[in-house]
Amino acid sequence: MTIAPDAPAYAGPIAHLSHDDIEQLGRELDAIRQDVLDTRGERDAAYIHKVIKVQRSLELGSRAVLLASIFPPAFVVGTVGLSIAKILDNMEIGHNIMHGQWDWMRDPKIHSTVWEWDNASTSEGWKHSHNELHHAYTNIVGKDNDLGWGIMRVDEEQRWTPASLAQPLMNFLNMCIFEYGIAAYDLELGKMRRLKKSGRDMPEGWHEMASNTVAKIRRQALKDYVAHPLLSMVTLSGPTTLLANLAANFTRNVWTHSVIMCGHFPEGVETFELKDIPDNETRGEWYVRQMLGSANISGSKLLHLMSGNLSHQIEHHIFPDLPSNRYAEIAPKVRALFDKYGLNYHTAPMPQQVASAWHKVVRLSLPNGFLESTTVKNAPSQIGKLIKAVRGDTRTRRRLLKEFEAAGAASVGKAV
Amino acid sequence: MVEMSTSPALLAPGELRRPALRERLSRKVWEVAETIATPLAPADYLDIFNPLRPGADLRGRIVKVVPETADAATIEIKPGADWEDHVPGQYVRVGVEVDGVRHWRAYSLTHGPRRDGHISITVKAVPDGKVSSHLVRRLRPGRIVHLEQAAGDFVLPGDLRGHKLLMVTAGSGVTPVIGMLRNLFPVTDEGVVERQRLDVTVVHVAPSRPDSIFIRNLESLAEAGAIRLVTRYSGTEGRLDIDTLTEIVPDLRERTAYACGPAGLLDSLQAWYDAEGLPLQTEQFRLGPVVTTGDGQSGGTVTFTGKSIEAPGGKPILDAAEEAGVLMPSGCRMGICFGCVLPMKEGAVRDLRNGEVTVARPGETGPEGIPIQTCISAAAGECVIDHPA
Repeated sequence: MTIAPDAPAYAGPIAHLSHDDIEQLGRELDAIRQDVLDTRGERDAAYIHKVIKVQRSLELGSRAVLLASIFPPAFVVGTVGLSIAKILDNMEIGHNIMHGQWDWMRDPKIHSTVWEWDNASTSEGWKHSHNELHHAYTNIVGKDNDLGWGIMRVDEEQRWTPASLAQPLMNFLNMCIFEYGIAAYDLELGKMRRLKKSGRDMPEGWHEMASNTVAKIRRQALKDYVAHPLLSMVTLSGPTTLLANLAANFTRNVWTHSVIMCGHFPEGVETFELKDIPDNETRGEWYVRQMLGSANISGSKLLHLMSGNLSHQIEHHIFPDLPSNRYAEIAPKVRALFDKYGLNYHTAPMPQQVASAWHKVVRLSLPNGFLESTTVKNAPSQIGKLIKAVRGDTRTRRRLLKEFEAAGAASVGKAV
Repeated sequence: MVEMSTSPALLAPGELRRPALRERLSRKVWEVAETIATPLAPADYLDIFNPLRPGADLRGRIVKVVPETADAATIEIKPGADWEDHVPGQYVRVGVEVDGVRHWRAYSLTHGPRRDGHISITVKAVPDGKVSSHLVRRLRPGRIVHLEQAAGDFVLPGDLRGHKLLMVTAGSGVTPVIGMLRNLFPVTDEGVVERQRLDVTVVHVAPSRPDSIFIRNLESLAEAGAIRLVTRYSGTEGRLDIDTLTEIVPDLRERTAYACGPAGLLDSLQAWYDAEGLPLQTEQFRLGPVVTTGDGQSGGTVTFTGKSIEAPGGKPILDAAEEAGVLMPSGCRMGICFGCVLPMKEGAVRDLRNGEVTVARPGETGPEGIPIQTCISAAAGECVIDHPA
């Protein structure tokens, strides 16, 4: 879709808004932002200080308990504690500090320019790919690497190839080793491979970034998989400590992957084509793109904390630099603006959002229209056609893909 | 290391290798600590338990807050283990969080080195003074503040024999002087203890007696005959000028002179002493105001390390600097990615999105300056940015 009202392709969920409406909406969002800035202070600072203290105490405590992890209860308690500590470090603390949400405190230690997190990606690389690319170019296909992390088809307009069939598996594997997936995508490995193939030079500073990432991965692995298990050898708890660290990193990976999938992947979240973004996108237009391209998770305070308040992905994308503890507070005001301007405030409980995101991954792993036009009765013939599409030559494939698309459109029409 | 040991004779035979081993061992232990703490530093964890330990960033814990006048209080602080002591008359820079934001200010130390190792500062809440009001009215014992080592050369000569002293103080300018006097004249249960015969004249200027910090201390020193005290309450007696000073202190020219107070008084004193060819030690904490352009239109000169550029008030510093050929870090160019943050050491910038002005005064920012986002900040006056051009 496009959000440039004057562009010929203008359509989609904001067709009813005039250019002036969009700018007015932008001003109303600016006012919400200013309200938070005006009241930002001691209470907020106390909040982040407390979360950091809790995280560090929890990590220390869990690591201490794991020294005795040869005893099963200690193993369980330590592993759970360490998993929670790692999730807090990455989500509510690291992600948000690196967004500059706490820079205003002028605390040289809790600052976006110096913070390093417990993750395979370096802060430097992550700030570039996440803050700069993902947040500025949210959901623009080809520009925003978060959309499918460069390994998946996430939009109908992207070409389907037989390789797409593997993407649910790819997504699952990526989930298990998510921190390394993110480290690799911060380095834009896909793009670099294409550059190398075409014989062009790597961008300036890339090699340094890559070696920093390798060093970070080495330090992280040395800590979790060598140093702490070695310390635990004293109590014969080395192997169990190693296992606990593996489990904690795995749990953190699965959790962060799931939360992040909920932010932009669920069905109904808009994606954009670069050609449709106006050259001089106004603040209002940028806001609208953030609003339509994000989805929230509804739930308890604990869920918001453990998701780093990315459960308020919509509010976070509109105001990435406001302190995370304020998102819940402004959510009703933001939602009221969605209602006022007739936009869809996309929110649902976590299981539903995760299922929806996975549904999209599976649906788009198949040709457009395939899933919609497949029923229990016609499944065998559909699968037969799919196999033909995979094996056949380009012409056959193109014909079959068109057929699927037409059948899909027809069945959706019937349902309506 | 063995070769660094200056007097091996002090070591019993067989102990020769011990320092080297111990040093190597402690270095190894530290390396292990760093490995297991990564990506944080061991200090980040140790700070949870003991923020005042040796090796920590210098901090202090508030022990007591004692009111001095209606708008001044003495704050007693237990400094961290690495506090290096001070000389009476010196000041300390204190970093304190007000409304969640860390600010730095310099205050005179109002005690000489004390036996309990505590230090104290005396703060007067100035009108519109965010930090001073917070310190006087809201600071509670137990809170941690950030410190730098004592500094300043507003101190007495090492050997006072043969010196006659004059101390001119105005308002809260009395604070470094009281630090000196307390050190010169310790007080016991029996009263003032004079260590050596000293001839000290203190001329204290204040709007009124109740407004005077430490007036009771000065008066009791005077009653004990330790100092000659001349008070001048400008609210009723008018302001002090140099002619009256020469009348009050006839042997002015013979005295080693110290003065601490507002700029007006110090300037006129300094002019007189310069004209007479006499030395005067002064101390002043009131900082020159940072000039900000109020209209939101005009910008100012932005000085990078090695280059200055003119930046208009309506254009991001990032753009202005790049147009002038300065290589700048940059990112989203819309204020959301924090990829363009640079430390402002001095000056004022305006947030182009909402007009908010951020001011950095030398001495009042942290050691690192105030980080600003150059892509949404325009110069609102002269600025100094710590970045090589």
